[in-house]
Amino acid sequence: MAREVAESCVDAVVIEMVSAFCDRFYSAEPELAARRIEAIGYQVGHQLVERYTVDCPRFTDHLEAIKFICKDFWSELFKKQIDNLKTNHRGTFVLQDNMFRWITRISPSPVPESKNESPTPSEDNQLAQATSMHLYFPCGIIRGALTNLGIPCAVSADISHRPACK
Amino acid sequence: MAPAAPRTGDAVFASVERVNAELFTLTYGAIVRQLLTDLEEVDEVNKQLDQMGYNIGVRLIDEFLAKSNISRCVDFKETAEVIAKVGFKIFLGVTATVTNWDAEGTSCSLVLEENPLVDFVELPDTCQGLYYCNILSGVIRGALEMVSMKTEVTWVRDILHGDDACELRVKLVKQIPEEYPYKDDD
Repeated sequence: MAREVAESCVDAVVIEMVSAFCDRFYSAEPELAARRIEAIGYQVGHQLVERYTVDCPRFTDHLEAIKFICKDFWSELFKKQIDNLKTNHRGTFVLQDNMFRWITRISPSPVPESKNESPTPSEDNQLAQATSMHLYFPCGIIRGALTNLGIPCAVSADISHRPACK
Repeated sequence: MAPAAPRTGDAVFASVERVNAELFTLTYGAIVRQLLTDLEEVDEVNKQLDQMGYNIGVRLIDEFLAKSNISRCVDFKETAEVIAKVGFKIFLGVTATVTNWDAEGTSCSLVLEENPLVDFVELPDTCQGLYYCNILSGVIRGALEMVSMKTEVTWVRDILHGDDACELRVKLVKQIPEEYPYKDDD
């Protein structure tokens, strides 16, 4: 049986890695921090995809490879598949995960108690920035995986709705 | 009566969410690699890994206490056993052996025969001074500090440097008396 570790180990290491690069090593240069985090993800994706494709036949086209990422690869990582895959048939693919595990537990750092109920735009902005830092790692993983499958690409992430209580 | 605290972490590990260890191992490896590139000095990498571990340990202790149902340990010997048999098991799925106690009962060795962090890893000659798993010593130090124990954790043996197991030396420096941050009349 494959060796397993508690999911919280991965969470702890990834969260600490992001905060170390953003808040300690490159606190003044968020773009550099982002590049480093993406590079770490790239390395991980590049190596993981090799292990996960051991028993796969060679992919015949890009769509096959993308489908592999959406199904098998995503399931190994997050125990679920990508929820929605769209493409413009010109080389752009949109992968949508409606319940992305690595950001479901992100909350804004506690701000001094403010009187107003709704978050101010600047708080909201800060949260968006913190969340986006956490997305460079999975983006790097996908880029690393696809590159190793012979598809050089650029990967970016968007969040339409952040996790919230209703 | 409260249920007896488990002496092993098997049941808890079976019940928590788990992931394939490869993701964890490779992620950690990629982080170490990036730190080596960025910081250049091996000593500095050791320091940063320890610091990252410390920050994780400070937070992980809460999760540990919540999941393990362990209450106060009577002495440091029990603490060491709990870390080895329950702590490592719950998170990494492996157990350690506690040996080499000193006469005072304040320092001991945790021996890990198996260590998921070092799978696939080989150190190049340029990294001979690297404590690759230094994050682990930081985690233990951070976690114990949150339960009033100031410790020093050092590496004695390391599989990556050709030893047959990983051995961590844990030394209890002092018990921090509990201080309540509030007064009665607050």
